[in-house]
Amino acid sequence: MCLFQSMMNYFPEEVLEHVFDFLTSHRDRNAVSLVCQSWYSVERFSREKVFIGNCYAVNPERLIARFPRIRSLTLKGKPHFADFNLVPPDWGGYVYPWIEAMAKAGINLEELRLKRMVVSDDSLELLAKSFPNFKSLVLVSCEGFTTDGLAAIASKCRLSSILLSYAFENRCFVAAVLNDCALLGFHIDDAESVAIMSPSSSLLSLFSTSKATWFWFLKELDLQENEVDDRKGQWLSCFPDSCTSLVSLNFACLKGEVNVAALERLVARNRNLRSLRVNHAVPLDALQKILAQAPQLNDLGTGSFVLDPDSETWNKLKNVMQKCKSVRSLSGFLDVNPRCLPAIYPICTDLTSLNLSYAPGIYSNELIKLIRHCQKIERLWILDTIGDKGLVAVASTCKELQELRVFPSDLYGVGNAAVTEEGLVAISAGCPKLNSLLYFCQQMTNAALITVAKNCPNFIRFRLCTLNPTVPDAVTNLPLDEGFGAIVQSCKGLKRLSVSGLLTDQVFLYIGMYAEQLEMLSIAFAGDTDKGMLYVLNGCKKMKKLEIRDSPFGNVALLADVGKYETMRSLWMSSCEVTYGACKTLAEKMPRLNVEIINEGEQMEGSPDDRQRVEKMYLYRTLVGPRSDAPDFVWTL
Amino acid sequence: MEKNDERLETELKLGLPGSSGGGCGGEVEKSVKKRLFSDISGGGGEVEIKNEKKRVFSSVFSGEEEEVVENKNEVVGWPPVCAYRRRNGGKMYVKVSMDGAPFLRKINLCMHKGYFDLVKALEQLFGIEEALKEEENCEYVPIYEDKDGDWMLLGDVPWKMFIDSCKRLRIMKRSDANGVGLHAKDLLKGLSKEE
Repeated sequence: MCLFQSMMNYFPEEVLEHVFDFLTSHRDRNAVSLVCQSWYSVERFSREKVFIGNCYAVNPERLIARFPRIRSLTLKGKPHFADFNLVPPDWGGYVYPWIEAMAKAGINLEELRLKRMVVSDDSLELLAKSFPNFKSLVLVSCEGFTTDGLAAIASKCRLSSILLSYAFENRCFVAAVLNDCALLGFHIDDAESVAIMSPSSSLLSLFSTSKATWFWFLKELDLQENEVDDRKGQWLSCFPDSCTSLVSLNFACLKGEVNVAALERLVARNRNLRSLRVNHAVPLDALQKILAQAPQLNDLGTGSFVLDPDSETWNKLKNVMQKCKSVRSLSGFLDVNPRCLPAIYPICTDLTSLNLSYAPGIYSNELIKLIRHCQKIERLWILDTIGDKGLVAVASTCKELQELRVFPSDLYGVGNAAVTEEGLVAISAGCPKLNSLLYFCQQMTNAALITVAKNCPNFIRFRLCTLNPTVPDAVTNLPLDEGFGAIVQSCKGLKRLSVSGLLTDQVFLYIGMYAEQLEMLSIAFAGDTDKGMLYVLNGCKKMKKLEIRDSPFGNVALLADVGKYETMRSLWMSSCEVTYGACKTLAEKMPRLNVEIINEGEQMEGSPDDRQRVEKMYLYRTLVGPRSDAPDFVWTL
Repeated sequence: MEKNDERLETELKLGLPGSSGGGCGGEVEKSVKKRLFSDISGGGGEVEIKNEKKRVFSSVFSGEEEEVVENKNEVVGWPPVCAYRRRNGGKMYVKVSMDGAPFLRKINLCMHKGYFDLVKALEQLFGIEEALKEEENCEYVPIYEDKDGDWMLLGDVPWKMFIDSCKRLRIMKRSDANGVGLHAKDLLKGLSKEE
């Protein structure tokens, strides 16, 4: 050890940095930074991608202080249960302060990836104004912005016509120039004042600084499942004619109309476009024309897939699809005429990812016919209209399947279109590579889960959701403890688990005992006593996110091991048995946790009784104390 | 599907916080609704909520009755499908009844962008052009039943909130609603603001 240490001390920092370049995972980099002071120092100056799993665990200032060379930031805001309307609006998760701080500090931001955050149009406009090398914006499950904000992003993508000629030949050169200009404090003007130059010329003599205009090579604009207000502007037309750098454009979640002609022109001139996902407003005949211009696409999201199969456009579509030999990922079908599906059969042969989970009205037989063409599928997202019979077809055809998600099709009605344990067992038998599952089903049995566990020991993510959350084993009427127990025992690499159905403390005993790699656990309407939660807290050493709703876990469990919560990212408990008193005790004992109580609709008449049950509690470790942007209904104890 | 008697001891009891042990019956606070699923008791499990008796989910599945209760999905956020997917599932057909009409219709709420769109569609569906939007002389008033089983006037809450909670619609004759203080003018204002 001693020898190693002294050897390592002789390595100049550049060497260390070069070695660290090979570490792409942020967890590896985090580990490396803990080795010693000099490694910490080298690592922090060389880290370009930073991942922050909870935006309130740290603040922009600390981020910038530690990682001044950051180029890519990933931020997550609201707790997961916000997806299911358990977190009131205005809870928090605003990105603006982050963008503002990075802009002020002159950070060279190139990529911003946000999940469950509130993104205002102002944020997008500030983003557009502040970072000359910005390339990639990915927003997942965010809200707060409109198409005006998107227009601001799109319109920043501009390039002078003189530099344009260099762009085609020597893109990195131009980017480097822009980068250097930024560092020197120079701004590139519009075409007139820029001279043609050769790589060896001195920068200072070439550029005038009459106008501050940032140029962008926007590569990626990816909007997934966001709530966006449509301001009926023409945001898509804001991409200027000179924008040719797009690699990925996904606006499937937008509700409003888009200028289809502008889209066609945009696709035609962005020859590097690999991923295009359009919204429902782009009809199939337009898509056909677009595809004709972009046979190089890898990832296609259709809008509405409705056409008369007897029409001329239909024939054109079939021909165009046949030429799209690079498409590996297909999604969309936001509205679909099942009789049009055969047009995609040619693409299906090489498809590795298929998402039909937003496609209403395709029934089992049509899905089966489609699936038969998809032998290389690795990821399949589908509605439960596929039925057990359809899943049997998937099992016999899709031998490469790794990830399966079966969503419920009928959330509001009686729902007789659903899948059962039979479909799941068939899949497990036919698809040995399966490692990730999300399965909404009518019913389940222990026997089925035990069989699944035996067939598929490689699960990393296993999320089972019975439509009735406390339904017992459909055959024996017993709780589903044994079934889930088999899953955790067999799947030694399991990192994420959601349980449902009738469950006692026993299932948590199994989870605590066997789920050694488990990082995220979702519990609803399960368990009998505090022991259940204790088994999990004591047993799962790698737990990061624990979320519990409507389960009888209370103060004893909450307070048994308060230090545990500093080893986790967060704990959510709603409609459980914890009281205000216990939460206050916890907050007092653990100053580096924020213990937030969410009070909805209740009047705040002084402090509540310590014995009163807390409706919603969200606690998380943090380096920066209580947040300053908490709304009235959130109390940080 | 009924729990053993032994388990009754460890069951979550419904009751006001601070009360000892609690029990069912009497007035129970709103939070109780979310505990419905855990109260699987042999006794049928009817719970009083807001003075209205509603069948606990569990009793439906205890085999005591076959009918599926209308307010099956009272529980917030179950099944755990993310809000975006719920709203854009493409299918959100709700029944619409009109006073005096011999049969009901169904309308897909997802197909509409807001209240104005919806009201227009309803008018077309029942052939009552201009009769839903006009002020005092409008013959009909649109109301809807929400997740709690209450009948609400259309237009008070944001559209997205409405979609999440609307179970069915009813076009009620204004004459039946006299004296209720519908403030139709406000409704109209709200509708036209949305464009």
